[in-house]
Amino acid sequence: MFYLSLFFQYASQYLKTRLTYRVDTVIEILSDLLSQGVNLIFILIVFRHTAFLGGWNRDEIIFIYGFFLVPYAIFSSFFNIWDFNDRYIVKGEMDRILTRPVHSLFQIILERIELESLFGAITGLLVMGYAMANLELTFAWYDIFIFILMVIGGALIYAGIFISIATIGFWSDSRTDIMPMMYNISNYGRYPINIYNKVIQFVLTWILPFAFVGVYPASYFLDREEWYGYAFFTPIMGILFFGIAILLWNAGVKRYRGAGN
Amino acid sequence: MSMYLEMIRVRFLMMLAYRTNYYSGILIYSINIGAYYFLWSAIYGGKEEIQGLSVAQMTTYVAVAWMARAFYYNNIDREIAAEIKDGKVAIEMIRPYNYLGMKTMQALGEGIFRLLFFSVPGMIIVALIFPVRFDANLSTWLFFFISLVFSFIVNTYINLLTGIMTFFLFNNTGLIRAKRVVIDLFSGLLLPISFYPGWAQNLMSYLPFQAISYVPSMIFTEGFVGQEIYNALLTQVVWVIILLIPIRLLWSLAKKHLIVQGG
Repeated sequence: MFYLSLFFQYASQYLKTRLTYRVDTVIEILSDLLSQGVNLIFILIVFRHTAFLGGWNRDEIIFIYGFFLVPYAIFSSFFNIWDFNDRYIVKGEMDRILTRPVHSLFQIILERIELESLFGAITGLLVMGYAMANLELTFAWYDIFIFILMVIGGALIYAGIFISIATIGFWSDSRTDIMPMMYNISNYGRYPINIYNKVIQFVLTWILPFAFVGVYPASYFLDREEWYGYAFFTPIMGILFFGIAILLWNAGVKRYRGAGN
Repeated sequence: MSMYLEMIRVRFLMMLAYRTNYYSGILIYSINIGAYYFLWSAIYGGKEEIQGLSVAQMTTYVAVAWMARAFYYNNIDREIAAEIKDGKVAIEMIRPYNYLGMKTMQALGEGIFRLLFFSVPGMIIVALIFPVRFDANLSTWLFFFISLVFSFIVNTYINLLTGIMTFFLFNNTGLIRAKRVVIDLFSGLLLPISFYPGWAQNLMSYLPFQAISYVPSMIFTEGFVGQEIYNALLTQVVWVIILLIPIRLLWSLAKKHLIVQGG
């Protein structure tokens, strides 16, 4: 309960700071929208020259992209941990975090929320709506709950992977470029996994499971029964990877000695 | 002149000192090229060619486009914006050189560094993993490098323009971000211009962006042949000349306008 009220207090403070610089916020949202637009344009143009991409048609690919945007938006609103090493370890900010009465990871999440990224979820829903109308998909009443479950699973997978990588900072404070690399790898998850070769498919499923953020869960809503097994695994993978991340984090915090200066 | 050469050299040496940062960059570019390689293979499916490009040419196109990007890409728009914001630009303006010229030379030093330590080893690695074809003949290589120089100039001009806009907008991080997205899309980095619908191609032929990535990549993959090469190079030259005009205008306007926000 304490955590929850703290969260809302931080969120409202954050909104106040963003509303002070309205133009800046609007520009940021627009530029997010622009890069999502570019990805959509890419799909639209590619499908002018082909009817299928690895057996998936245009609207299915658009649906997958739209779905991907929702967990990704949640991830980027609440888990801005990509510069953890520079911001907290090297600058010694971690010492301050550890004096706070909440779990250190929660404290960092609170400090780094970027609520405007949630607009990406709205874009995602609109994109999915467009694809759904074209595909004439039908839904059962419980699908909404499955959707929420899948989205949470996807966001937790993203969070788990990026938190795990951030914990490297506890063991080595030297500069690594794994983070930007990971963002680039995550792009692979936006497209159907069957277009890649076997090694990449394996990596995207079990090691860096970005496929669980896009194509696998989306295939449930697209009635692609051959992927159902993977689709239902999404929340489990989310809990698993997030759990591993928490364990790594706690081990890292125990090991943390401060950068010293 | 020797002053400007020195600027290129210093920037080159500066980059050289931090060269280990670039090894991971090569990996990142390879990851991106890999993603597009699989994507394009799937898009082609069984098709022989799309818009006159075979799948082998398309793979080469993607690889060359990304590696050429390492050469022409720079952050001088952000550097200029930062120097305007913290007031350093006022000091730079009273120094005995042309500020924009200096920025261009620094960008060139950076570009040459990346060409040698990033694009060349990157290309070798990419060629080992993916079926990229480098058997282009000598004249193709020659035309490619000529057009690469122009693409650097056009891209740098656009960056200068974006940077100068800070004088008028004060905070232009949004503009810089938007410019980057526009260039990725309209320059032909993600998609060859010939894949766009007719009206879009028409529109883009009036914009400078295709001079940045589409032209050199098409020359290298031999998507352009004969007269097309000369026409493409000519468009690049035209843009090199045209873009100078707004830069001159805005710069002289900016000098009168200068408001230092801090310092």
